[in-house]
Amino acid sequence: MIPRIAAYELRRLFASPLAWLLLAIIQFLAAMFFYILLSRYLQAGPSHGDHGITEVVVAGMLQITGIIVLLVTPFLTMRLFSEEQRSGTINLLFSAPVSVTELVLGKYLGTVLFLFIALVMVAAMPLALLPGVPLDLGLLAAGLLGLALLMLCFTAIGLFISTLTAQPVAAASTTFGALFLLWIIHSAGNTTGGAGGAVLGWLSLLRHYNRLLVGIVNSVDVAYFLLLGAVFVLLSIWRLDAMRTHHW
Amino acid sequence: MSTDTLVQVEGISRYYGEHCAVDKLSFSVRRGEVLGFLGPNGAGKTTTMQILCGVLAATSGTASIAGYDIVAQPFEAKRRLGFLPEQPPLYREALVDEYLHYCATLRRVPRARRRAAVANARERCGLADAGGRLIGNLSKGYQQRVGVAQAIIHAPEVVILDEPTVGLDPNQILEIRRLIGELSEDHSVILSTHILPEVQSTCDRVLIINNGRRVLDQPLADLRSDSALSGISIALQQPPPPGELESLEGVREVVPLDRYRFRVTYRRDVDTPVAVSRAAAEKGWGLYELIPQADSLEETFVQLTRGEYLDAGSGDPAAP
Repeated sequence: MIPRIAAYELRRLFASPLAWLLLAIIQFLAAMFFYILLSRYLQAGPSHGDHGITEVVVAGMLQITGIIVLLVTPFLTMRLFSEEQRSGTINLLFSAPVSVTELVLGKYLGTVLFLFIALVMVAAMPLALLPGVPLDLGLLAAGLLGLALLMLCFTAIGLFISTLTAQPVAAASTTFGALFLLWIIHSAGNTTGGAGGAVLGWLSLLRHYNRLLVGIVNSVDVAYFLLLGAVFVLLSIWRLDAMRTHHW
Repeated sequence: MSTDTLVQVEGISRYYGEHCAVDKLSFSVRRGEVLGFLGPNGAGKTTTMQILCGVLAATSGTASIAGYDIVAQPFEAKRRLGFLPEQPPLYREALVDEYLHYCATLRRVPRARRRAAVANARERCGLADAGGRLIGNLSKGYQQRVGVAQAIIHAPEVVILDEPTVGLDPNQILEIRRLIGELSEDHSVILSTHILPEVQSTCDRVLIINNGRRVLDQPLADLRSDSALSGISIALQQPPPPGELESLEGVREVVPLDRYRFRVTYRRDVDTPVAVSRAAAEKGWGLYELIPQADSLEETFVQLTRGEYLDAGSGDPAAP
């Protein structure tokens, strides 16, 4: 049942202009930065010293892409449960012989698959250099892994927030706020200092992402993303279960 | 016989905070029966239907579909259930066929039978030519039909329709009624509506609730003026032990509505109301209310749900 829900979610996305628009925006912005970084790299010539093209151009582009995905995800996840609540289609899902876990996982998977399409399209740009330029494929793989993990994580957070409200716009803006906070929380850590600062710094999505972008595949970073994603998927399941029973 | 009771609701209550939307409601629906579910706005109809469908959980009490408890065995229960909420649960950006196909999947129609199920549901709801149209572009009447199609696509044993004819033109209303008539041949149907003639033309039995409580549960045939049976609602401060009311002359059935209120059905050719009031006076039951049944559904509805009754019903007559 989970793959069927995911497939329908994906189909429904592509039935609306939103999906095409978001893919186009991601691709356009990523391509623009890719082009800028690439031409700058070519102009600078050997002054980059030890830094190779993968490190400068590809990693730079993936970092920007991370921010673009951060901007785009709230618009995808607000549809998941907020819109279903507002339009009443949630009644269809809840009265069907489908468990809340299947529903949540199906919708989560559908949205992640959509973002992975964007990931493949973004990855195609550096790969297009491959015939003429020796890329550091290991570094590229680490970067793409980081972007994929980022997508898993963002979607889970957006999914949870969309279960909290029947107002899609409220869900989108809250999701954006939450993701942005997690992205830059290390700067709060820098000023706080001490143990609290270290915790805040460790929570930062950007820090963990950056390590993957420079090619350090540390199990702690991977676990951080996966754990954060899993926690918010679980919270979504609990929240929807509670929606039937709690008495507001 | 018990296998033929498809819907069994026992003492369900639902609170929203302090507010009690449904108060110890019980009823049952047999196979092939169409139950008209009436009540003023805010009486708890939608809440009750949502509890029956597993969308909401009851605060207390149990509901079962075809013998499967909606909480303990939700899968088995929901497979046998079709639900059309007040607002049809439609995805506006989907095609009719695409949407119905997804509904069939969600309702666990086996893959091999899905296509036939979609075609059949479309046919039955008068959507034969609409399969390739976008739901968002359909008129309100057609959207309602898609909503009904979605509720019957898996040939459920119980179909629950929450105000299915709202916003339809008279022709479409007739079609939906005809469809409900067809459905009742092998399904149980619970139909909530505000339109009383609709109940008279389609339902076998009528259940009226007010303030979350049952105030009437009776076969529709008994409510007609030419029926051999009639009824009264009585309220007693000191209700007698069960069985005593039944033993009065002409009494066919006594349905307790709450602790103090009873609905007594009796043969029209016997003067049971007089017998009841005499017995109440002699035995000190403290009869403080006796409402004769009106001869039309409208009058019955108004009598049972109007404001005065509501106020009297919310107080506890035994309390000082």
